[in-house]
Amino acid sequence: MRNNHNKKECGPKGKRLITFTAAINEALIECMEKDPGVFVMGLGAPDPKGVFGTTLGLQKRFGTGRVFDMPISENAMTGVAIGAAISGMRPVMAHQRADFVLMAMDQIVNSAAKWHYMYGGQASVPLTIRTVVGRGWGQGPQHSQNFQALFAQVPGLKVVAPTTPCEAKGLLTASIEENNPVIFVEHRWLSNQMGDVPEGYYSMPLGKANVMRKGSDITVVASMDMALEAMVVADGLLSSGISVEVVNLRTVKPLDAETILGSVAKTGRLVVMDSSWYEFGVSAEIAAVVAEKGFDSLKAKVRRLGLPSVPTPTSPALAGHYYPSEADICLAIGDVLGVRLNPRKLGFKDVVGDVPDEYFKGPF
Amino acid sequence: MTASFEVKSLSILNEKGEADETLMPSLPDDDIKRIFELMVLSRTFDEAALSLQREGRIGTYASMLGQEASQIGSALAFEKSDWIFPSFREMAVYITMGYPMYMLLQYWSGDERGARAPAGLNIFPVCVPVGTQIPHAVGASMAAKYKGDKAVACCYFGDGGTSKGDFHEGLNMAGVFKLPVVFICQNNQWAISVPRRRQSASKTLSQKAYSYGFEGIQVDGNDVFAVYKATSEAVRKARGGGGPTLIECFTYRMSDHTTADDSSKYRSNEEVESWKPKDPLLRLKLFMEKKGLWNEQYQKGVEEKSKTAVEQAIRKAESLSPPEPADMFRYALKSPTPRQAKEMEDF
Repeated sequence: MRNNHNKKECGPKGKRLITFTAAINEALIECMEKDPGVFVMGLGAPDPKGVFGTTLGLQKRFGTGRVFDMPISENAMTGVAIGAAISGMRPVMAHQRADFVLMAMDQIVNSAAKWHYMYGGQASVPLTIRTVVGRGWGQGPQHSQNFQALFAQVPGLKVVAPTTPCEAKGLLTASIEENNPVIFVEHRWLSNQMGDVPEGYYSMPLGKANVMRKGSDITVVASMDMALEAMVVADGLLSSGISVEVVNLRTVKPLDAETILGSVAKTGRLVVMDSSWYEFGVSAEIAAVVAEKGFDSLKAKVRRLGLPSVPTPTSPALAGHYYPSEADICLAIGDVLGVRLNPRKLGFKDVVGDVPDEYFKGPF
Repeated sequence: MTASFEVKSLSILNEKGEADETLMPSLPDDDIKRIFELMVLSRTFDEAALSLQREGRIGTYASMLGQEASQIGSALAFEKSDWIFPSFREMAVYITMGYPMYMLLQYWSGDERGARAPAGLNIFPVCVPVGTQIPHAVGASMAAKYKGDKAVACCYFGDGGTSKGDFHEGLNMAGVFKLPVVFICQNNQWAISVPRRRQSASKTLSQKAYSYGFEGIQVDGNDVFAVYKATSEAVRKARGGGGPTLIECFTYRMSDHTTADDSSKYRSNEEVESWKPKDPLLRLKLFMEKKGLWNEQYQKGVEEKSKTAVEQAIRKAESLSPPEPADMFRYALKSPTPRQAKEMEDF
């Protein structure tokens, strides 16, 4: 499977628009058709909601032997997937909330991430763990956490975080093809985002970031929901003559330091956005890499934007101020550039909405 | 609805070396001798490993003294192609399955290359975290069932392991999916310093199986024939699609938990002494003597052969070059990340 990389880049626009959810579904179908060792397990995998629609139709197509629900035991379920993976299968586990994965930390960190090393390189764990990160609609402290940094710190794991539907399909395929355990982070707010997605089987390389938008004045590094927010602000700043380059991570680990450093070498300025808490987070790592290896290119201080170090509030009144707003991003960019910007005049919202679009309706 | 169950138990060979012929598994004399020889070899290895640890030639070691019947009797019931998931005390299982002893010593000296099972042998590395290998065995049996390859998975753990969530969750899943897996609990009465009575209020550990919807059996873990028979039946059942079994081998940890432990601080000498007459090797010897399969000369020969084999293993293990520092990076991932590759290069 590994040698059959059929790489396709995401096209500009409009050839075949499908949602992020449909793209995940397509990736699962195509991987299962290609490799009989791929199976899908997890709480709710075959139920009528199908993990927010991503696993719908799979059981009908591939049968109960390859798509099935499990007893509510996240830790053992992960252990079972590890056991199946080391004996030649490619399990894909789905967790409807990343928060539930904490129950399986022991199996992920002490077993999945370690087996290849502790087995002297003899057996690997080709396991994909999908973790859905919630946001808004009152999901609150225990249903909307993104543990990307927690996982990225563990040697032996890879962490993937797609933004566009095209990336969702290509990166999920690559994760399933990957011979190491992968934590695949899916942001709930991207579910209904439409994008051009190539037909047929393809994978995108893990560890390669993407310059989503070229610019010359400042680099904004972001991923998932934050990458889309950065794009909105970058668009809105054009009228002020500010050219923002947006680097979309695609993969948190391996981190594509080369692309980030290349962009900063060009712009000399950096704002890093985090879809999780910024303290000790992925944004901290990126800022450190640039300070260490790209210090000479920097013309100004580096700014980080992410979630404050408090649990996610449930109330929309509070959540609106919890996530970085367009205005926050605009002000951070202005701060690093040394220019005074007025977000309101530029049309940037200073309070974040509680849902990404009209399709986003609970209860979940 | 009323549910009822019966705690099954099995014992064939008593302390005096008398076997219940009605229950005795059919074992040719040569097989009985092979079992005895494996027991002597395992015990010789165990003693040597303890000495090596005290001399600083290997790291912390967990002795299996007293548990030879539980380990050898069960391991003999598996095929090489079956998937074996040991915990950390199953050196006699490795030896019985044909794992090279020098590699075991290599492992205990901290060299992960010793954990690479030889081709054709599906035995997994030592699992130090308690009970986490239980779901792995369940997963391997799930894969075997899916692939239809007739392999059975086997998982070893102790009395302490039955208190872990992994045990409950893993056995529950094995029951739900009716998987080809055999769970072997070596109840050696002690989880480091926690006695069996403080581990679970269940009268037996084997009865826990019934709450997961499959059979459990408590066997005399110092009786190699009982362990072999119970495991063979469980393997046959699993291979035939009959689902999992939990076997509790009732035995005793004669040694400390590991070389880092001093059990005299928490258990009485009388208790340890009371188990000495129940020794699995002693009763097999008495049985063989009655059958004319054992005499002093045979014993001497077996001991000599074992000693030579273990000495050879030690020599080979100690002649191996230490792992290269780059191995640290080499095996963290199937293929290194660019940063790891750079770290390895700069190392």
